[in-house]
Amino acid sequence: MGLMKRLSMLFQAKASKALDRAEDPRETLDYSYERQLEMLRDVQRGVADVATSRKRVELQAQQLQQKMTKLQDQARQAVEAGREDLAREALTRRTALTSQIEGLRTQHEQLQAEEAKLTQASQRLQAKVDAFRIRKETIKATYTAAEAQTKIGEAVSGISEEMGDVGLAMQRAEDKTLQMQSRAGAIDELLASGALDDASAPSDPIQAELNRVTDGSTVDAELSRLKAELGSGAQPASLEAPRQEEKR
Amino acid sequence: MIVRILGEGQFDVPDTALDELNELDEVLVTAVESDDTDAFTRALGEVLAGVRAAATPHAAAALDSSDLILPGPDSSLAEVRALLGDEGLIPG
Repeated sequence: MGLMKRLSMLFQAKASKALDRAEDPRETLDYSYERQLEMLRDVQRGVADVATSRKRVELQAQQLQQKMTKLQDQARQAVEAGREDLAREALTRRTALTSQIEGLRTQHEQLQAEEAKLTQASQRLQAKVDAFRIRKETIKATYTAAEAQTKIGEAVSGISEEMGDVGLAMQRAEDKTLQMQSRAGAIDELLASGALDDASAPSDPIQAELNRVTDGSTVDAELSRLKAELGSGAQPASLEAPRQEEKR
Repeated sequence: MIVRILGEGQFDVPDTALDELNELDEVLVTAVESDDTDAFTRALGEVLAGVRAAATPHAAAALDSSDLILPGPDSSLAEVRALLGDEGLIPG
C-alpha cells in the first residue's frame, strides 16, 4: 500500500476511536465540538508562544550586535593607541560572535516560518470548527439518533483529520521552540559571563587596558598643556572637559 | 479525489493525476523502507510538486476526510516513520 493511503487510514483510525466513545452518536457531536474548541485555544496559545520565542531571538540578536559594534570600536581604539595585541583580542571575540549571530538568524527564520504555519493552521481549523458547529445543530435538529449516525461519522472524521494535522503542526512548533530555548539559554549565559561582559564594565580586560592607555595619554596631554601654560604665563581661558574620561 | 498535505490543508486533485502520483508514491515507500534519507527527500519533493501542479484548494469549510495524506515539504524521514509506526502519535 502506498504511503499516502496508509497515512490517511491512520488518521481515519484515529477518528473512528472518537466515534466509538459515545452510546448516543449525537453525544459524539458535542464531545467532538468541545475538543475542537480546546484545540483552537491550544493552537492560538501555540502561535503566541512561538511569537514570544521569536521576539526573544530578536532581542538576543540585537544584544549580540551591540557587543560586536562595541568590540569593533574597541579594536579601532586599540589600534589608535598602538596596542595591536588588544585590537587582535577584540577582533577575535568579535569573530566568535559572528557565528552566534548567524545561528540566531537561522533560528529566527525557522520560528517565523513556524509562526506563519501555525497561524494558517489556526485559521483552517477555525473555518472547519465554524462549519462543524452549523452541521452539528442541523444534524441534531433533523435526524433521529439512528439516522444521524452516518452524518455524524462524516463530520467528525472530517474535522478529526484537521485536528490531527493541527496537532502535528503544534508539536513541530513546540520542538522548534524547545531547540531555540536551549540555544537562547546558552547565549544568555554567554552574555552574562565575563567573556562578553558589557564592554564598559570594569571586568572587561580589553576596556580596562584601553582605559589605562588612554588615561595615561590624557594625563600626559594635560601635563604638557599645564607646562605650556605655565611656561608662557597665560591664563587658561576655560577648562575643556577631557573627552576620553567621559567614556569611562 | 481529496489529498491533504500535512501542514497545508486539503486539495482537490483530478483522478487523471492518480497514476502518476501512485508511481511517485511507490518511490516514496521504497525510500522509507530502505531508510534512504536523500531518496526520501527527493521523492517527497516530486510527489508534492505533482500534487500541487494538479491541485486546487478544497473548500475551507468542508468537513471531508481525505483520500490520501502526504507529509509536508519539510518532513524528515524519521518523522514520517514515527507517524507510520504508531498511530497513537497523531494528536487530536
